[in-house]
Amino acid sequence: MANGATGIGARVKRKEDKRFITGKGKYTDDVRMENQAYAAFVRSPHAHANVKSIDKSAALAMEGVVDVLDGHQLTGDGIGNIICGWAVASKDGSPMNMGAWSALATQKVRYVGDAVAVVIADTQALARIAAEAVEVEYEELPAVVKADKALTKSAPEIHDNAPGNLIYNWEIGDAAKADAGLAAAKHITEMEITNNRVSPNPMEPRSAVATYDEAEEHYTLYTTSQNPHVARLVLSAFYNVAPEHKLRVIAPDVGGGFGAKIYIYPEEITCLWASMKTNRSVKWTSDRSEAFITDAHGRDHISTAKMGFDENGKITGFKVDTIANLGAYMSLFSSSVPTYLYATLLSGQYDIQNLHANVRAVYTNTVPVDAYRGAGRPEACYLIERMMETAAREMGMKPAELRARNFVREFPHETPVIMTYDSGDFDANLAQAEEAADVAGFPARQAEAAKRGKLRGLGYSCYIEACGIAPSAAVGGLGAGVGLWESAEVRVNPVGTIEILTGSHSHGQGHETTFAQIVAERFDLPLDNVAIVHGDTDKVQFGMGTYGSRSGAVGMSAIVKAMDKVEAKVRKIAAHQLEASEDDIVIEGGEVKVAGTDKALGWHEIGLAAYTAHNLPPEMEPGLKESAFYDPSNFTFPAGCYICEVEVDPDTGTTEVVQFTASDDFGTIINPMIVEGQVHGGLAQGIGQAMMEQVIYDDDGQLITGSYMDYTMPRAADLPFYSVHHASTVCPGNPLGMKGCGEAGAIGSPPAVINAITDAIGNNNLSMPATPQNVWNALQAVTASQAAE
Amino acid sequence: MYPTKYTKAASIDDAVKALGADEEAKILSGGQTLIATMKQHLAAPTGLVDVRSIAGMVGTSLDGDTLVIGAATTHAEVAGSAEVQKHTPALACLASGIGDPAVRHAGTIGGSVANNDPAADYPAALLALGATVVTNQREIGADDFFDGLFGTALEEGEIITAVKFPKAQAAAYVKFRQPASLFALVGVFVAKGSDGIRVTVTGAGDEGVFRSEALEAALTGDWSEAAAKGADVSAEGLMSDIHGTAAYRANLIKVMAARAVAAA
Repeated sequence: MANGATGIGARVKRKEDKRFITGKGKYTDDVRMENQAYAAFVRSPHAHANVKSIDKSAALAMEGVVDVLDGHQLTGDGIGNIICGWAVASKDGSPMNMGAWSALATQKVRYVGDAVAVVIADTQALARIAAEAVEVEYEELPAVVKADKALTKSAPEIHDNAPGNLIYNWEIGDAAKADAGLAAAKHITEMEITNNRVSPNPMEPRSAVATYDEAEEHYTLYTTSQNPHVARLVLSAFYNVAPEHKLRVIAPDVGGGFGAKIYIYPEEITCLWASMKTNRSVKWTSDRSEAFITDAHGRDHISTAKMGFDENGKITGFKVDTIANLGAYMSLFSSSVPTYLYATLLSGQYDIQNLHANVRAVYTNTVPVDAYRGAGRPEACYLIERMMETAAREMGMKPAELRARNFVREFPHETPVIMTYDSGDFDANLAQAEEAADVAGFPARQAEAAKRGKLRGLGYSCYIEACGIAPSAAVGGLGAGVGLWESAEVRVNPVGTIEILTGSHSHGQGHETTFAQIVAERFDLPLDNVAIVHGDTDKVQFGMGTYGSRSGAVGMSAIVKAMDKVEAKVRKIAAHQLEASEDDIVIEGGEVKVAGTDKALGWHEIGLAAYTAHNLPPEMEPGLKESAFYDPSNFTFPAGCYICEVEVDPDTGTTEVVQFTASDDFGTIINPMIVEGQVHGGLAQGIGQAMMEQVIYDDDGQLITGSYMDYTMPRAADLPFYSVHHASTVCPGNPLGMKGCGEAGAIGSPPAVINAITDAIGNNNLSMPATPQNVWNALQAVTASQAAE
Repeated sequence: MYPTKYTKAASIDDAVKALGADEEAKILSGGQTLIATMKQHLAAPTGLVDVRSIAGMVGTSLDGDTLVIGAATTHAEVAGSAEVQKHTPALACLASGIGDPAVRHAGTIGGSVANNDPAADYPAALLALGATVVTNQREIGADDFFDGLFGTALEEGEIITAVKFPKAQAAAYVKFRQPASLFALVGVFVAKGSDGIRVTVTGAGDEGVFRSEALEAALTGDWSEAAAKGADVSAEGLMSDIHGTAAYRANLIKVMAARAVAAA
């Protein structure tokens, strides 16, 4: 059914943008309830301390303060501890050491920002002032902030049940084979690689509005969530806030998430509970400073890696040892990020037979760390791709050549780290990127830059990632506490318009447009006749939400399954009314026709027929509404090649990204404009991590980068005009052949940037972020070593 | 923000009276630092006395060879002023690079100078150009005005009304921006004036804005980029933070000075 203007592959402008760009979006902070009060949290100024006493009297005495609540009251009311929903066992079989995390700390605080009490007041300003009047007596304890230091003997212990701050000591692959492969190598490249800690910084800060209906004993929570159903499940099943049927969670328009809005935080739990305690609607909206100390951070790995090569540049063995900093508490999916989302991708695009990775996850006195755009895969990609580029330089090979000699070319391909790559054409992506980046012309550009006193460099990254994490039974076997399917419901109204209810959640991805496109294409209807409903547990039965680039490959597949059922019923109704065979029915141009005849019904007439039920086939139920749950058979594997070209000013260390070329394989693309937008955004975050962003704590656990005065976000002027291309193979695992595009940019770009800068300055020893100071220091090291020679 | 009482002063007398009535009151002259710190509860003045509507406090004029800028003149107004562009284009250029458009249309020269943020741009200009700070009580030379981090010679109840700049033969300001805040990590103002060459540095000094003797010495004999780059600028007394060690800042001082000489 051709629907070129709005169907699959059409660059349809986003339906949701009218309300967003005219300021008419409805975000959580826009919700105003009657009798609404405001919450402000009393937070620990210390990274590690015992809580000796809390004196609320001064705050309670203020006019307009409704109540001041603490953790003893919270736990006294049976509110449960916050949990990590993915059980990762150590290699000796022992379970992970999960420390208790109460939404309001009672005995001990473990990071700067840990909440100990909440003030509920008539205005936000008053709540914040009153929060400062709550006097908390602390007994300070020594703190530790770095992952490697947390494992040393002298480090303070953060949780009683995690000796040595170790959460788990996990491994994957075959250590003996990796050792043997390294022993047989002709050349070994060895590197220490850190992946810098970053703060997610969605444009909209987190917010919650909780309302308790005393008569119905029912709660409603508006919140900035990427997965409202999961939030309801967890709030109900684990935190005992309310039973599921007495709790409605609504995630309205949400302004970006990047992972940080997957988790259920102390603030939402506390607002719900406080609404019951005070019998007021309770609103809390984070400000930017609060976001830096409460939104889960990302990355923060310290790794050492060894990669061996034979005389032809073929990888003989690869061994990785990683320490992952999970912060002060285990956030919802924190355990899976440095294990099943990281080490399982360490084979990259390469045929590596002998691979082993060991990962130790540790507690520190810092904000909890969890999935951030890419989640584990950027850490894997950065490690492999820095290794490959450095190895090529050490062996005097072209970086592209070394990669090509190791590419996987036959699919399905089973890696030694449990992944089965289903499709891809890595040569095609490399060739497309090299041509678009005019790699052949690079030496001339480099020479021209040198005349201007600039150092020009070129860097590659050939990434592969795993999206649409699945199937549910497999991830359950790996410790996941939830299934990772998706649901959809297709409702054809009596007038023929269609509502799609989806468990996916859009917080910037453009689902209202792309999801409508596949429906408009399937039934050959105007795009405006299709509406997408999401983000409300009272409207959509259940769903797993949006993260891990899953809404296309998993969410849209569920819609396709439900549409299959609708189409089957439409055919039956039409065949019955038009007295034809179901097989001869075609759906086209707003009509349901009998092929080769002039017999036809309008699409809207089918809808009406289904609901009037005056003339349906015998035994057919009235109505035209179908639902489906889709559980994928495998991950999907987006891949691609990124080439970055930079110019470094040796006087200041300032780096300009002068050209960035992307060739991605996302499988089927529904809306190229939206996909390009996803790539642009991902690249901005990846380049941000590579060159600017870094969360820094001092040794006492005080956050140095607690505002935009010190935490550098990429700005438009820092970024180039991207050159974005696609060389796609169809994903065999789902009906639309989609792979996912949401995280690729953030996963693939950091090593390309650093490889380009290290090429420019002639020093492989450079860590992210490549700030002007860090690049200048690396250049001084080159000068010093040249002087010494 | 804690509650505060806002007073719009119609005259200097008005302002002095309002400040006298409340010991904790602060002068508001754009508020681009003060309001932000109040929102963060880092400052909680009980009163704000807004001086931007006082007659004669806003605008630029030429008095012979002297450029006079009213203290409540915004950065955008200084940047766009024909008098400033004619008299000292480097000053207009400096004003056009402060903060972002919102800051430039609210922040004022008097507010910036009185706050003496160690990374502010104006103090470097005043010190390099040998400007005079005019208050409701007296005139203070720039050499005597700036006094360490956020410190000035201003007394209680003293209000800056204008800043006077003599004409320089050549002048330029070039800064290297701190990547996050975009404040000057290092800003260097070079000026050839009637009393010789003055080179001032903002953003880098442990004690705030300062004159670089090393660069003044190097450029006095040889007004060239090479001389600036070759100057013996020490890292001693320079700030070190996550954005720049003292050694990195020392390097940037030379590089920015060289670029300023080229631009002057």
